[in-house]
Amino acid sequence: MTLLSIEQLNLSIGDLPILRDVSLSVGAGEVVGVIGESGSGKSLTAFSVMQLLPRGASCQGRISLLGRDVLTMTEPALCAMRGRDVGMVFQEPMTALNPVQTIGAQVAETILIHEPKTSKSEALERAKQALTRCELPADKFPLSRYPHELSGGQRQRVVIAMAIALQPKLLIADEPTTALDVTTQAEILALLARLVREDGMGLLLISHDLAVVSDMADRIVIMKDGAVVETGAADLHRTMTHPYTKALFAASGHQPVRSAEPQEIPLLQVQNATRDYTLPRRSLFGPVDTFRAVDGVSFEIKRGESLGLVGESGCGKSTLTRAILGLDPLQGGKILLDGEPVGPAVRRKMQVVFQDPYGSFNPRHKVGRLVAEPFHLLNRKATAEEVDAALISVGLTPPDKHKFIHEFSGGQRQRIAIARALIIKPDLIVLDEAVSALDVSIRAQILDLLADLSDQFGLTYLFISHDLSVVRAITDRCLVMKAGKIVEEGATETLFTAPSHPYTRTLIAAAPQLPAA
Amino acid sequence: MLRYAIKRLGSLVISLIVASLVIFACIEVIPGDPASFMLGINAQPDTVAALREELGLNASLSARYLSWVTGMMSGDFGTSYTYRTPVAEIIGERLWLSLPLALIALGLTVLVAFPVGILAATKRGSWADMSVMGATQLGIAVPNFWFAMLMVVLFAINLRWFSAGGFPGWENPAAALKALTLPAIALALPQASILARVMRSALLDTLSEDYIRTSRAKGLTRRQSLWRHALRNAMIPVLTIIGLQFSFLLAGAIIIENVFYLPGLGRLVFQAISQRDLIMVESVVFLLVFAVIMVNFAVDLAYAWVDPRLRGRA
Repeated sequence: MTLLSIEQLNLSIGDLPILRDVSLSVGAGEVVGVIGESGSGKSLTAFSVMQLLPRGASCQGRISLLGRDVLTMTEPALCAMRGRDVGMVFQEPMTALNPVQTIGAQVAETILIHEPKTSKSEALERAKQALTRCELPADKFPLSRYPHELSGGQRQRVVIAMAIALQPKLLIADEPTTALDVTTQAEILALLARLVREDGMGLLLISHDLAVVSDMADRIVIMKDGAVVETGAADLHRTMTHPYTKALFAASGHQPVRSAEPQEIPLLQVQNATRDYTLPRRSLFGPVDTFRAVDGVSFEIKRGESLGLVGESGCGKSTLTRAILGLDPLQGGKILLDGEPVGPAVRRKMQVVFQDPYGSFNPRHKVGRLVAEPFHLLNRKATAEEVDAALISVGLTPPDKHKFIHEFSGGQRQRIAIARALIIKPDLIVLDEAVSALDVSIRAQILDLLADLSDQFGLTYLFISHDLSVVRAITDRCLVMKAGKIVEEGATETLFTAPSHPYTRTLIAAAPQLPAA
Repeated sequence: MLRYAIKRLGSLVISLIVASLVIFACIEVIPGDPASFMLGINAQPDTVAALREELGLNASLSARYLSWVTGMMSGDFGTSYTYRTPVAEIIGERLWLSLPLALIALGLTVLVAFPVGILAATKRGSWADMSVMGATQLGIAVPNFWFAMLMVVLFAINLRWFSAGGFPGWENPAAALKALTLPAIALALPQASILARVMRSALLDTLSEDYIRTSRAKGLTRRQSLWRHALRNAMIPVLTIIGLQFSFLLAGAIIIENVFYLPGLGRLVFQAISQRDLIMVESVVFLLVFAVIMVNFAVDLAYAWVDPRLRGRA
């Protein structure tokens, strides 16, 4: 039975057309994956079903949900439909819950809104059941908890509990695991799969990650620039015909070619590094507790090597990065760069590229000034030639230096960030989740660029990421970090094919795999 | 929650001690001897010396600070140099005007600002929003003493609904409230304009939060999302501004008190400064600082009531 069928949906915001002739359908008990890069219109397609669109948006076409046409429904009818017939799960569990209400009240609200005759205690009882179904049993997670007392994965379970509290026919999940760690992602996907099976729901799963969708979906819809380019069954990777689909699969599993051989000289030496944070006192005059974020970590990076550091959020990898960059003091051990302790003196031999290509630039400066910033380490100004050369090396053009950062796309911004890191010819570049925010095709380009640059300039990379496939693609050797310690270290391929530590095995098993073509 | 309250209380006590030291030190470094000022330029040196003795000006600094602070704790603020009556009595009288005036003005501010701010935020971009934004701009721009005078011309002189100034005392509460009406409106106008704008922008910020979208996906109407989810989250900036406004209304009414000939705290401190009545200045300033600190304490507690994330925080 078809629950949802979208036919020839066109959507525009103001005069700007966003969706063009989008058609797809979801049946009962069916998982339909919608894949596309940012700006492909996949989220707006989902929001069209809920009619929760931004101001000025207008839809033409037909969206039929349980036999009713959503586009002709009145606002009260839509309100009655949302939450009862269709539940929705969002990308960002950290902000999707109201911070000033308990989780019990928020889940119970779904019930109370649609069944106003229900007593509050009964609604809370049913909220408890919904949370238990989402693996948040009330004895461990009482209804009186507030969202800030839960982790990201637990919050996402609360959001799912809210969405399924009334056992809707259709569940829409918009990038439900993008903000989560791989092991949490695997748990949430398993939870969604179980709920779909138990309730016979339809699931519209929206993602940018081919591997996630391929693991779960019965049918796959590929979107690009507001239109559906290809629809296929779960074995789309074998049957695909559209060039964009092929490009997307190719980019997802992209392996850049690197030819540089690491030398035997160590460039960065981390010896028994320990970093403690002081915690707030438990009582007014009680002892000060500390939290050991990095616990006796030792490793080396050789000149010209590309080293990966993987671990889940909270494992201490960001703290370690800050210590390597000399931004935070250590409580024990030392970090040497080219034989000298990290600090202002050797700071110029090391540059960093951060995750967020939107937040890591001052929006009021032009690109030329942004790129030339590291020159303060050399106590001189950059010459125009140096700025031009840096921009050219990352595939941009010299006139780009006169533009502001908002004139560039995410991928271009990350190129500018790399140009900024390259400009003073450092020995080591620290890439802190540098490609995590990028679409797969852009990510493939940036990985190629990084591989090229390391061949060209003999660069050494420290590649920090939670994304195993990226680390596998670009590094020679890899460290796995957990709870402040390095639990496994080895050549990347060996580590991925024959992991020895149980945690590494868990991580690799949890990571969604692209089906082999 | 209790831990949070105790911590805030601790910082309140420390603020009070620091404030009393600063006030005392400021008054001490001001040149000029209150005794000779009070007696005029033709006074005999021994008369001045006798008055200094009487006023306790010859004691050591620390002794004077201690006697001032301990006196205040027991309700003894000393004796005014100029009025020759206990400072506590005068402040008490004036407070009976200034405190109700501030409260009424604040009440009016909140009563106007909340609905107007909420309306503007929900109807963003509509003519209602635009007229609210225009009117509040005007409310902030118009000097409130001028607005007060316009009200006097209209309501007191032409329509004769209110008296143009003065305060009859609280023996007749209706008359007293009537006398405070125009000053309270004049005081509330700019404050309500500011608060309405803060309310609007805080609400617009929270309305674009992800959890509002979540609540809409649950089936709440726009209005339900606003009342159940957005409003409480928008209260933090609004409470901050209300706290600041109350302190300002208590002490900052000097000009409005002058326009309406009201014997309030603002005029008292103004007169005390010009007459070099240091003990009076000290006491009124300390009282105002005390009020500000208490209001901040209340605002801090209100934050924690609104936002559970603050309760556990050290």
